[in-house]
Amino acid sequence: MTVIANILIIATISFGTIFILVTAIGLIRLPDAFSRAHAASKSATLGVMSILLGVFLHFWLIEGHFNSRILLGIAFLFITGPVGGHMMGRAAYLSGVKLSDQTVRDDLADVIKKKREKLQ
Amino acid sequence: MVEKILLISLTLFAVSIAIALFRIIKGPSMPDRAVALDMIGVNLISMIAIISIVLKTKAFLEAILILGILAFISTIAISKYIERGAIIEHKSDN
Repeated sequence: MTVIANILIIATISFGTIFILVTAIGLIRLPDAFSRAHAASKSATLGVMSILLGVFLHFWLIEGHFNSRILLGIAFLFITGPVGGHMMGRAAYLSGVKLSDQTVRDDLADVIKKKREKLQ
Repeated sequence: MVEKILLISLTLFAVSIAIALFRIIKGPSMPDRAVALDMIGVNLISMIAIISIVLKTKAFLEAILILGILAFISTIAISKYIERGAIIEHKSDN
């Protein structure tokens, strides 16, 4: 029983660690601010959720202590991670951060131009 | 064996925080820095969770929730400040 629990814990924690490393590589390699925000919001949220699930399984299956705070933390991170990434991407676009050279289409530019003409 | 894997993952988190610190120092625009700071918060949450396994204590598990809330609120506040120049708006149009 302990062996199965250890395998589960190590599998989830290694999965999360790999995703957080991929996030760090994306943060240093991707070309512009929007793709870096994309890397940092989605995969970091998945990685930290998986690690917290592994810690919850460790405290539940090995030490016999059902800790509901970790479950609350998982739910909170699942809700707030994408919201933070979205707000940061919107702030970057509206404050005029340049897109990378490899961008092929930019649909938001037309919408914002029309809206600004309407406001004036 | 389990201890060794946990220590290796702690080392990898430290490497990841160092990479995010490089992006904070170098980053060409302010949203880059804010995204990297958000990622440092996520890494700290994971490190605290694994350190509480290594030290065999339940005392640090509240700190996970508090750090999550602080990282979220600071990301929202920085992005509102970058977007409009004010954190709390007084006008209600658009």
